[in-house]
Amino acid sequence: MNHEFEKFSDPGLPEHVHRNADVDPIAEKRAEQQVAILFVLSALGTILLIGSYIFIKPSSFIYLPVLGDTNTQQLLLGVGMAMSLFFIGMGAVQWARKLMSDTEVIAERHEFRSPDEDRADFVATVKEQAALADVGRRTLIKRSLGLALGLAGLSPLILLRDLGPLPKKEFDTTDWKKGTRLVTDPGDRPIKPSDLEVGAVAQVLPELSGGTVRSLENIGKDAVLLIRLRPEEFNLDTERLSWTHEGIIAFSKICSHMGCAVALYEQQTKHLLCPCHQSTFDVTRAAKVIFGPAARPLPQLAITIDADGYLVAQQPFTEPVGPSFWERSS
Amino acid sequence: MTNKERIAGNVAGYVDDRTGAAKWLKKNLTKVFPDHWSFMLGEIALYSFIILLLSGTFLTFWFDPSQRDVIYNGSYAPLSHVQMSAAYASTLHISFDVRGGLLMRQIHHWAALIFMTAIVVHLLRVFFTGAFRKPREFNWLIGVGLLTLGIVEGFLGYSLPDDLLSGTGIRIAEAIIQAIPVVGSYLSFFAFGGPFPGHVFIPRIYMVHILLLPGIFLALITIHLMLVWYQKHTQYPGPGRTEKNVVGYPLMPVYMAKAGGFFFIVFGVTAFLGGVASINPIWLYGPYTPGQISAGSQPDWYMGWLDGLVRMSPPIETHAFGHTISWNILIPGLIIPGILFTGMALYPFIESWITGDKREHHLLDRPRNVPNRTALGIMSLTFMLISLINGGNDIIATHFHLTINGIMWFTRIGLFTIPPIAFVITKRICLSLQRADRDLVLHGRETGRLVMTPAGEFIEVHEPISAAKAWTLTQHLQDPALAIENVDEHGVRNPAGIKGRIRARWSVANAEQIPAATVTERKELEDGHH
Ligand code: HEM
Ligand code: FES
Repeated sequence: MNHEFEKFSDPGLPEHVHRNADVDPIAEKRAEQQVAILFVLSALGTILLIGSYIFIKPSSFIYLPVLGDTNTQQLLLGVGMAMSLFFIGMGAVQWARKLMSDTEVIAERHEFRSPDEDRADFVATVKEQAALADVGRRTLIKRSLGLALGLAGLSPLILLRDLGPLPKKEFDTTDWKKGTRLVTDPGDRPIKPSDLEVGAVAQVLPELSGGTVRSLENIGKDAVLLIRLRPEEFNLDTERLSWTHEGIIAFSKICSHMGCAVALYEQQTKHLLCPCHQSTFDVTRAAKVIFGPAARPLPQLAITIDADGYLVAQQPFTEPVGPSFWERSS
Repeated sequence: MTNKERIAGNVAGYVDDRTGAAKWLKKNLTKVFPDHWSFMLGEIALYSFIILLLSGTFLTFWFDPSQRDVIYNGSYAPLSHVQMSAAYASTLHISFDVRGGLLMRQIHHWAALIFMTAIVVHLLRVFFTGAFRKPREFNWLIGVGLLTLGIVEGFLGYSLPDDLLSGTGIRIAEAIIQAIPVVGSYLSFFAFGGPFPGHVFIPRIYMVHILLLPGIFLALITIHLMLVWYQKHTQYPGPGRTEKNVVGYPLMPVYMAKAGGFFFIVFGVTAFLGGVASINPIWLYGPYTPGQISAGSQPDWYMGWLDGLVRMSPPIETHAFGHTISWNILIPGLIIPGILFTGMALYPFIESWITGDKREHHLLDRPRNVPNRTALGIMSLTFMLISLINGGNDIIATHFHLTINGIMWFTRIGLFTIPPIAFVITKRICLSLQRADRDLVLHGRETGRLVMTPAGEFIEVHEPISAAKAWTLTQHLQDPALAIENVDEHGVRNPAGIKGRIRARWSVANAEQIPAATVTERKELEDGHH
C-alpha cells in the first residue's frame, strides 16, 4: 500500500446535556419527592417485617396460586424485608441519578511500568543485598535450607495423619457371612421365599448378631436388593444360577459406579436403574450393565435357605461392593 | 462556615492528625469510576457474598453440625419420631421453629446461586471484552480462583443439612476421592474418618464452609478490589476515552450512592426470592441413609455440568496388576475439569504469547473485533452447556418425551462436534459484524427514504453517522499476525519447531480482520458518488 490511509479521529467527550431536574425547579422538587416516597416505602416494609414477626402465628399457612401452600409468617417476613431493603436501594439510586451531579469527569492514567532508571536501581539493589548475604556462594547453606524448608513443609501432612484410620481391608468386606439371615429394611424381620411374590422387590440387610446397632456405615456396604422372577426368566451360568433361590436373586444395592442406592426397578423390562447417572442393570443377566457409566455389574450375593426356611447368604460377597478403588483387583 | 461544615472539618482534621491521610483520602474520594451496566456484574457477586456472610452467620446460631443420631420431635409432623442426624434435625428446626429461619435459609441458598451466576457472567464479560489483558492478569487469576472455590463452597454448603439429597452428593464426592489412583482409599478414609459416611465429615466441612473458605474469599476479594482500585477500571471505547484516561463519575457521592443503593437492591431482590420462592425443601427428602435415594435428584446448576460429564462418560475401567483405574470417574470428574480450569487460568498468558502483545490495555475490546477470542469463548460455553444439558437428562427426557439414551448420544457426539461448529459460526458472525460496522461508517445509516435520480432510478438516502459513532467503530487496534520465522538466521530449522508453528498458525488466525473504515476511503466513495 503506498498511500497512507487517514484514520478517523477522536472527537472528544460530547457536550454535557442537562437533565430536566438540573434546570427546572419543579422537576427538581418532583425528583426529590420521588426519592422520599421510595424511602418511606422502605420504612413501611420494615414495619411489615416487625408486625409479622410479632403478630402472625408461625403455624399459619395460606394457599397462593403458583406458590401453593405457604407459611404466612415466613412469606410476610420475606416480603417486608425485601421492601425494606429494595426501596432504600431504589431511593439512593434515584437520588444519584436525578439529583447528584451527572457531569462526567476525566482522570489521567499512568503506565504502571516504572521508569527504566528505577527498575535498574531496583535490580541493582536486589543484587547488592543478595551479595551482602552471600547467597550466591554459600551453596552448603542454600542446600541445607532447602532441605529444612522442604521437610518443614511436609509436617502438616504428618500432623493430618490422624484424620482417620487406614482403610486396610475395609473396602473389600461387608457384614454378609455364610449363613447370615436376610432381614427386611425397615423392620428387621427374617424372610421366607414365600414372602416375596413373583415380580416383587425388597430391600434387605444382614441380620444383626445380638446387641449390635446398625450404623449408616453398615448400611452403606450391606444394603441388598432381592428380586423375584420366574426361574425360567434367568439367563445365567450354572454357578450364578446356583446363587439364586426359587427365582429370588440378590444384588448389592450400592451402585458399582459411584455408590448411590440403585433403587428403581422396572418390572416389565426387569431392569434396575440407578437414579444418579442412570446406569441400568439387567437383572436376568446377573446385573450386566446395559446402559450408563457404570463399568461393572452389581455384585451378586449367593443366597439359599436355612433349616427354618429363612433366606440366608450362602457365602460372603465374592468381590468388593460399591465404587471402584485403586486396590480393587477385578 | 455553617455548623455542619465545621463538624466535617473537625472530623477530617481528627483523622488526618492521626494518619496523615488527607491527601490520599482527597484523591480517592474523587476517584473516577466509569459507568456501564456490565460493570455491575462483579458488584452483584460482591454483594451476594456479603449477603451470604450475613445470612450464613444467622444460620450458624441454630445449625448443629453434628452427625450424632437424634430422634426428631420438632413441629414438622411427617418426620416426628424419625431417627436422623443432629445436622438434619437442626435444619428442620431452622425451617419450622425459628421465626424467619426458613426465610434466611432460602435467602442463603438463593444468594449462593446468585453469587455463582454473577461470578460466571462477570468472568464472561471480562473474557469477551479482553479486560484480562496486561496489566490485569493477576485479577483474572484471582477470579478463576474465586470461581473454583465458589463451586467447592457451594457444594459444601449444600451438603451441610445432611438430607437424602445432599448425602447422595457427598456419596458421589467420596466415590471421586476413592477413585484417585494409589492414594484414593487412604484419602477417603482420612476425609471421612473411616468408612463412609462416618460421623466426622459434616463437622469438618462445616469448619471449611464457615471459616476457612470464607476467610480465603475475603482475602482474595480484598486483593481483587484493591487491584481494581489501584489499576483503575477499564472503560469501553468511545469519544474522549483513551488508553491514558478514565472517564466516569467520582466515587463521592455519585458512585457511592449508586453502588451502595445497588447493594440494597440486590439484597432486597434476594430477600424477595427467599420469601416467595421455595428452594431446597429438605424436609421433603428425609434424612440421609446410604440405602435410599430420591429420584430425579439434581445438584445446583454450577455442579450440573460436572454431573452431565459423569453421566455421559463411557463405562471404562482398567483392571491390571491387581489394581483398578476408573476412567469413567477420573476423566469427567477430575481430568476434564482440571484441563478446563487450567486453560482458563492460563488464557491471558497464552493469548499474549500468541499475539506477542505486551502493551498495557485499558480500553475494552468490542467482542466482534477479536473474532478468534470471542469464538473460543463461545466454543467453551457451548461445551459447558452441552454438559449441563446432559446433567439434566432425566428431567429433560420426561419433560420433552425424549429417551435418556437419545439425549446421551446426542450430548456424547455433540460434546465434540458442536463446540467447533460454534467456533466457526461465531467467527463468521464477528467478521460480518465488522463488515457491517465498516459499511455503516463508509455509507452511513439507511434511512428508508427513496429518491429518484434524474436517470429515473430509485436509490435509498443514506445519512452519515456522527463523528462520535465513526470513532467508536474504527478506533480498535488491528495488529498484523506475528512474523515467525521457522528457520533461524543460519538457515537451521527453528528448534521450537512445533511450538513455533502452532504459535504462527494461531497468530495468523487471530489477526483475521475486516480492515476498519478510514476517512480516506469514505472520501473516495463520496467523491465517486458525485
Ligand atoms: C460464597 C459463600 C457461600 C456459599 C456459596 C454458600 C452456600 C451454601 C448453600 C448452598 C447452603 C445450603 C443451604 C440450604 O439450602 O440449606 C449453605 C448452608 C449453610 N451455610 Fe453457606 N454459603 C456461603 C457462605 C457461608 C458463610 C460465610 C457462612 C457462615 C458464616 C455460611 C453458613 C452456612 C450454614 C450454617 C449452613 C447450613 C444451614 C442450612 O443449610 O440451613 N455459609 N451454604
Ligand atoms: S452412582 Fe449409580 S449410576 Fe452413578
